[in-house]
Amino acid sequence: MNVKQTLDTKGLSCPMPIVKTKKAMDGLASGGILEVLATDKGAVNDLSAWSKSSGHELLDHKEEDGVFKFYIQKG
Amino acid sequence: MVKALTAKEVAKRVVEGKMFILDVRNESDFKDWKIEGKDIESINRPYFDLIDGVEDVLEHLPKEEVLVVCAKEGSSVMVAEMLDEAGIKDVYYLEGGMKAWSEYLLPVKIGDLKDGGSIYQFNRIGKGCLSYLVESNGEAAIIDSARTIEAYEDFAKENNIEIKHMIDTHLHADHISGGRRLAEKTNATYWLPPKDAEEVTFSYEALEEDKDITIGNTKIEIQPLYTPGHTIGSTSMIVDGQYLLSGDILFVDSIGRPDLAGKAEDWVSDLHDSLYNKYNNLSKDLIVLPAHFGKISELDEKGAVQAPLGELFEKNEGLNIESDDEFRRAVTENLPPQPNAYQEIRQTNMGKIDPTTDEQREMEIGPNRCAITE
Repeated sequence: MNVKQTLDTKGLSCPMPIVKTKKAMDGLASGGILEVLATDKGAVNDLSAWSKSSGHELLDHKEEDGVFKFYIQKG
Repeated sequence: MVKALTAKEVAKRVVEGKMFILDVRNESDFKDWKIEGKDIESINRPYFDLIDGVEDVLEHLPKEEVLVVCAKEGSSVMVAEMLDEAGIKDVYYLEGGMKAWSEYLLPVKIGDLKDGGSIYQFNRIGKGCLSYLVESNGEAAIIDSARTIEAYEDFAKENNIEIKHMIDTHLHADHISGGRRLAEKTNATYWLPPKDAEEVTFSYEALEEDKDITIGNTKIEIQPLYTPGHTIGSTSMIVDGQYLLSGDILFVDSIGRPDLAGKAEDWVSDLHDSLYNKYNNLSKDLIVLPAHFGKISELDEKGAVQAPLGELFEKNEGLNIESDDEFRRAVTENLPPQPNAYQEIRQTNMGKIDPTTDEQREMEIGPNRCAITE
């Protein structure tokens, strides 16, 4: 996966992970992939719902040692 | 300036006031479970659709008095501040979010007992769970305690009552019982029906028909009545000859489902016998006090949920099913989804797993869904 940029939101709670993700996505070109790291459990549901509603694609997400990693492709 | 509204204040609005709610959680969370009330109006718009501005949602909101609600609190504060800036007067956010709402217990006095003492219902409005405190002469029994035992501890302290008995009418699948923990803290006796306790990892007193429980010197009797069906151990209790604590067997608007321990087919006839024979033989003057409500419309003007047994035999559809076949179909087919994490909740209540408080909260999210209809 060709990740263009990584955004670290570890330790931040809702709504900050999404607010920051949105800002970072705005700076990417269409097709670019953003990696988001988060520790807020709510981010799992929210990022997938947000991606859908804003026309992006959540390619993958996984959890490693309490850190969630998301890969979102800009639509 | 936006203001915080506590779950307690929201409960007051749900029972006797009005409120307009902007719920900023995901659409799926909102559909699954939300704050409801007779004069509560709510709309859903996820917070992430409002990050760039609230203009789109303004036309759907009143000019003053809006409560913004989210899962924990953070995003509701953000959106509330945006609404405030956009000129809405009196914008509130729900302190602690839906988590706090799910945990709030509203104590309502149900009535006095014949020989002194009284009975209270603790209504966990956000989740539809009902628990009871029976007190007499400085002693109390708590039945079907919620996980958040502080509400009962505070009540006991304020009223100078010693908690002597913690009773669960069955092994719960929808919420984590606070019974065992509060019994340990207060040296009270913890009671559980033995047939639901076969796999538990702790000691308990068997809640059985021949063992009456007495509270205070005035001998307020709590008389167990074995009524299997929701679980194999489900036990009802008659308090003071006036109140029928029906656990999850009978609700005001519906009846219990027999499938939460995975044994629907086996327990259907037990459930039928408990409701149509055992309950039918009881005095119809008994006031039924269930362990759950399903719809907010079941709450009376004080926020209490109760109905005379005779009235339920007239009006409750679950008590008026003509044939056995039809009954079997009603309680095994087309049931609502099961409560969130119900298997893990059962294991927690058996003492087999010991999740953290955060995990327990997470497990209890959502409505109770112990009835055959929603």
